[in-house]
Amino acid sequence: MKSFNLSAIEAILEKHGKAEESLIAVLKDIQNHYGYLPQEALRHVSEKLAVPLSKIFCIATFYSFFSLEPRGKNVISVCQGTACHMKKGEEVVTSLTRALKLGTDKKTTSDGAFTLEKVRCMGCCSIAPAVRVNQDHYGQVTQNSVANILSKYGKV
Amino acid sequence: MKVSGKKDLQKLQKEGMAILFPDRTRIMVGMATCCLAKGSAEVMSALKDEIKKQGLKADVVSVGCIGLCYQEPTIEVVQPGKPKITYGEITPGKIPSLVACIKQGKVEKQSVLYRTDKEELPLNGGRHIFSKGAPQKEFKGIQEYSEVPFFKKQRKIALRNAGFIDPENISEYIARGGYSSLVNTLASMKPEDVIAEVTKAGLRGRSGGGFPTGVKWQACRKAEGKIKYMLCNVSEGDPGIGMHKSLLESDPHSVLEGMIIGAYAIGAKEGYIYISSGQTLGVRRMEKAVADAKAHGFLGKSILKSGFDFTVKVKEGAGAYVCGEESALIRSFEGDWGEPRQRPPYPAVSGLWGKPTVINNVETLANVPVIMGQGAKWFSSIGSEKSKGTKVFSIVGEVNRPGLIEVPMGTTLREIIYDVGGGLPRGKTLKAVLAGGPAGGCVPKKLMSLPVDYEALMQAGSAMSSGGIIVMGEDTCMVDMNKYLLSFSEGESCGKCTPCRVGVRRMREIITDISEGKGREGDVELLEKMALLIKDGALCNLGKTAPNPVLATLRYFKDEYQAHIKNKKCSAAVCTSLKK
Repeated sequence: MKSFNLSAIEAILEKHGKAEESLIAVLKDIQNHYGYLPQEALRHVSEKLAVPLSKIFCIATFYSFFSLEPRGKNVISVCQGTACHMKKGEEVVTSLTRALKLGTDKKTTSDGAFTLEKVRCMGCCSIAPAVRVNQDHYGQVTQNSVANILSKYGKV
Repeated sequence: MKVSGKKDLQKLQKEGMAILFPDRTRIMVGMATCCLAKGSAEVMSALKDEIKKQGLKADVVSVGCIGLCYQEPTIEVVQPGKPKITYGEITPGKIPSLVACIKQGKVEKQSVLYRTDKEELPLNGGRHIFSKGAPQKEFKGIQEYSEVPFFKKQRKIALRNAGFIDPENISEYIARGGYSSLVNTLASMKPEDVIAEVTKAGLRGRSGGGFPTGVKWQACRKAEGKIKYMLCNVSEGDPGIGMHKSLLESDPHSVLEGMIIGAYAIGAKEGYIYISSGQTLGVRRMEKAVADAKAHGFLGKSILKSGFDFTVKVKEGAGAYVCGEESALIRSFEGDWGEPRQRPPYPAVSGLWGKPTVINNVETLANVPVIMGQGAKWFSSIGSEKSKGTKVFSIVGEVNRPGLIEVPMGTTLREIIYDVGGGLPRGKTLKAVLAGGPAGGCVPKKLMSLPVDYEALMQAGSAMSSGGIIVMGEDTCMVDMNKYLLSFSEGESCGKCTPCRVGVRRMREIITDISEGKGREGDVELLEKMALLIKDGALCNLGKTAPNPVLATLRYFKDEYQAHIKNKKCSAAVCTSLKK
């Protein structure tokens, strides 16, 4: 496991002020820094903000933004909004799962290059089905265009 | 510069006009999220290279979403004395010939969509003229904006600037009349007058149940307490809707100006814009808008020397549909998980940190500067009897021209789907339209004369909600669609109250069984009974509205459920365990 640089967390706490109301913002920055919410980081935040760890766990599992598991270098989000559902967004998930050799329980590739996630509407309904890789959006994705998208992120 | 009155604003307007109508070519590239997904960033960089290569003197700017999603990436060209020309489906490969045409002052005939001779300015009733008189020979054969079927029945009020200006340039917003409503309001109106005007205009909340905005403001103004908050809700999570995101990315100042006027009306000194997670571009643009407004004196201490102080902070959420509900949003804002609470007390009385709080959505606020600019009478002359003004819709699904549209209230679904949306793609016949997302319901083909009006939609078992219109063809299965909508609500239920947490899940399980050929006699009646119990018993609007789609389909498509249950048949051939 990655060794912990608590000073990064200290800096995040400093930036948002050590108040309970900044908890979500603090957790977001931690997730942006590590790509997920490491247990050690959460314990540290719990101590520093004097917030029970159980509450932090509640928040971390309530909002879809947070992940308690390490995620891949590239995060692929497949939209599951109504328009994408109609335009067979589920088939895009199947194609990506197959291409990345993932399964129902396995969301991150063994080499840590990709994580596949389903997300609620991303608001790009007119170009359904939509996929987001990190910050890049792709529209009208088909089973055939999946490989092309993956290749842009180094997948051979 | 800091603006302190009308004169300063006029000076800025002049400066802005020089940017919108320069003495050289101005090329605008649509760069909202959907445009980017269709390759507008590549088009932009190819365009910049080619301009340099061919030595064209031009300003190239990024603009927001014009709504023409089906034609993206789009480019608009403004040249002195000539109509504005809009091009669609531009690829980097088409750029060299396009730039060559622009350089010669000609129209590139392959990609041209339409021309614009003049633009209306809804804020003050004025207009910007691109070219006077009859079109020159070069432009004669090209359709004018007002004649384009996609735009003909539209009326842009909330989206007045979307796609027309650089959202990151406050001068362009000001040039189109921006901030003049704020200047006039602070100079000549008391807060009570503002509330009276908005109430008279008949403005209703553009999401949820359509609560009158003026009444909400009045309740907050009258509520006891010195500290009050103005919140803007951009926590769009409805599946199938992209308009809040688009408005934020395309014209953040119109929302901000509406918010400042609202804060003045209710007596708030602090405001927050709550943007749901994943809207990176929207957050960035809104933060820039806030900083620019502050630098110009539209935010901060004694705004425009009126003695009214107001500051705004942008806050990003962490992704939960339920946070669109007012009390859940407040809880999330306070750093907690977004669980709704019992109302009353309503947020207008006890909201953020227990203080009186108004929460308005983006589209509602974007209408406010127009109401103040043109007056309540003008605004209320648009729309139907009880639903005034216009409504922004995201029209998607089986439709030829998916996009972001704005039509007067009272426009029929038929007009939206066929006249604006261009009907269904070839070979498909209309089956139903889903309005209002998981809180709304599917209405059948025979109800296409239904007007978009809060009450009319509700009576038909559908909803305005935040304005998604999803067009469905014959190959959509109503049972499957409801399985999807219920699984959405089930997944987004916060779990606090039992009717929603358990009830919605049980309904989804029953529908899943039906879709898999395991439906039983009496399931339909059971679904109906559960739906009504959940509507009565759930704590918040997520739970109360979650059964709506099922009730609507049981009303209009009961036979389809029965065919799934009794004959194990799915006529749309979507439920794979059943025969067609």
